[in-house]
Amino acid sequence: MLFIKNGEVVDTKEGIIKHWDLFIREGVIMAMAPWGEMEIPDGSKVIDAKGKIVAPGLLDMHVHLREPGEEYKETIESGCKAAVAGGFVAVLSMPNTRPVNDNASVTQYIIKRAEEVGLAKVYPVGAITVGQKGETLSEFGDLKTAGAIAVSDDGRCVMDSGLMRRALEYASFFGLKVISHCEDVNLSFGGQINEGVVSAHIGLKGIPPEAEEIMVFREISLSKLTGVPIHIAHVSSRGSVEIIRWAKSRGILVTAETAPHYFTLDHNEVMGFNTLAKVNPPLRTPKDVEAIQEGLKDGTIDAIATDHAPHSVLEKEVEFDNAAFGMVGLELAVPLVLNLVRNGVLSLPDAIRKMSLNPSKILGLEGGVIELHKRADICIIDPDVEWEVTPEEIYSKGKNTPFLGKVLKGRNLMTIMGGEVVFAR
Amino acid sequence: MGDNLKEFRHKDLLGIGQLSVEDIELIIETASSFKEISTRDIKKVPTLRGKTIVNFFYEPSTRTKISFEVAAKRLSADTVSLTASGSSMQKGETLVDTANNLQAMNPDLIVIRHSSSGAPHLIARHVEAGVINAGDGTNEHPTQALLDLYTIWEKKGRIKGLEVAIIGDIEHSRVARSDILGLKKMGANVTVSGPPTMVPRAMEEMGVKVVYDPKRAIVDKDVIIVLRIQLERQGRRLIPSLREYGRVFGISPEDLEKAKPDVILMHPGPINRGVELSPEVADGPFSVILEQVTNGVAIRMAVLYLLMGGAR
Repeated sequence: MLFIKNGEVVDTKEGIIKHWDLFIREGVIMAMAPWGEMEIPDGSKVIDAKGKIVAPGLLDMHVHLREPGEEYKETIESGCKAAVAGGFVAVLSMPNTRPVNDNASVTQYIIKRAEEVGLAKVYPVGAITVGQKGETLSEFGDLKTAGAIAVSDDGRCVMDSGLMRRALEYASFFGLKVISHCEDVNLSFGGQINEGVVSAHIGLKGIPPEAEEIMVFREISLSKLTGVPIHIAHVSSRGSVEIIRWAKSRGILVTAETAPHYFTLDHNEVMGFNTLAKVNPPLRTPKDVEAIQEGLKDGTIDAIATDHAPHSVLEKEVEFDNAAFGMVGLELAVPLVLNLVRNGVLSLPDAIRKMSLNPSKILGLEGGVIELHKRADICIIDPDVEWEVTPEEIYSKGKNTPFLGKVLKGRNLMTIMGGEVVFAR
Repeated sequence: MGDNLKEFRHKDLLGIGQLSVEDIELIIETASSFKEISTRDIKKVPTLRGKTIVNFFYEPSTRTKISFEVAAKRLSADTVSLTASGSSMQKGETLVDTANNLQAMNPDLIVIRHSSSGAPHLIARHVEAGVINAGDGTNEHPTQALLDLYTIWEKKGRIKGLEVAIIGDIEHSRVARSDILGLKKMGANVTVSGPPTMVPRAMEEMGVKVVYDPKRAIVDKDVIIVLRIQLERQGRRLIPSLREYGRVFGISPEDLEKAKPDVILMHPGPINRGVELSPEVADGPFSVILEQVTNGVAIRMAVLYLLMGGAR
């Protein structure tokens, strides 16, 4: 039995902050009442959340757990530990493991390992095509039966538009969400960083934002053609935001996510050949950062997902051209999203909603709310604590983030799943 | 030299971007005093005796590698040369491991040429020895820019206010990038030119003028720098053929008539005769291409000397 008192409780449905106490028993929220109005039941563990944010447990719909196959970068265990440390009670694991999660066995393995670990809930994402090769559809029926929640060739783009159309149509039969990594690989070929003044200056091959935007428009067109919803992963450019905004105004069933690095950092981060800032899609210009924030503000971008991509020094302490794309994000999302709240881009309930209720809705999941008689998945966030990002502070095996050495404000303190405290610092 | 007020406070030379106007002036002055050594009967001074310089060339290079070796030897430094095929790179060793192993042998300077942009920066973060970038991918080639600046200064008596055109594959040229940074810093006006597939639009944001047609770009120029053209980059063609490049974008003697009467024509080498330059132009009266090579040795002597502490 838990009693959380004096917290700033985020109501994601109504979009307001409530000054309420919560009483949790048998894994569910048994009672809620304004501060001090409820007696603390005997035997309750009392958590004083004064000055803290009490939010629904967060859902990260874009995570690379690396297991099976690249356990030296991350395991389901270390990734789930990082998730709950960051306030996440559930993650979607992307299929670019080794072997690729394009079949029931790998999906079942991931679910089994996650259950053994017993921390964050893991929802596997199956591959759209066998081996993520972009040639033939994976067996969506098998993937669904085994427990996959969505399909994506994340990290790669299905370049064949006819095949992508079939993927949307076929996935809809099984109720699998289709998530698209948008990148015209012929246009981005060989690219390392955003194409612009920084790439011109330091002589790295550029990836123009149009490589993303062309495919964002294609996915929207295919969604219109098939009537099947599409979710756009990691939106990074102004043009993508504008295209998605237009599509939504036309009633096309598109949803979109961005990642904290796209609303926080720009391409100047790679100056000096900083491989920690190498990510795909690449960090873009300050104007793109502004447009991403605008898109979050006006609802064009529905969700914030981290694209948590752990790598070891083997992939990062190398020549820039040879360095892997990606950065870790699970444990940094909360402070970076709180920056948006502090800067007036999002209200606190809006910010939390984009990491809980909105992705839940996109995926057709319960959760993302703190409601009477509902499962008690909760995170408690200290919005004011300042902490320096160091390798020791990060639970993920991947320490690859351009925020290393920087001081961030705000951090998840406690994560509760089904009424059990699974993480506390 | 001999001016004790001037100090060169750098451990590495990774790019032109890190140098101040005073640094560049000091390098040119030093080079100009070293140039005479190469004309002596005994072309050697004891300045860097007991110093060890490793020349690490991961990419084929003739002129730059020899230029650095000659420069080091004229200053009496001991040099060791490694090429990619003779190194552990072939055995799968990472660049950082190679760097750490080299460092363990206590060299004073490591001169590196590498096909990846930023590779010298990576090495410099891991070794105590000074690192000189002898050309990294499509990023920079600082000593080439310095010898170009030196040559221009020698021929024109100034750099500030000069009109300079750089013609060729600007996007993939580390020489162009370093030249642009150096020329801008020293107050020249720079125009870049070449087919639009080779000239990124963002160049304008770097403060240079873009005129795609070389025949227009060279009008009234004091200096023309022509770059070597490669047909393919990363397996993709940027132009249909070298033949067409030569016909449309190559520089002929008639084209040069539109430049200033005392124009100088430069090229970092090696030249594709009949492609970016007609043979008459390459060997013609305006060409200072071989003087660039001579000045390259003096500039590299100056850089080696200054990085190792100069007069200190």
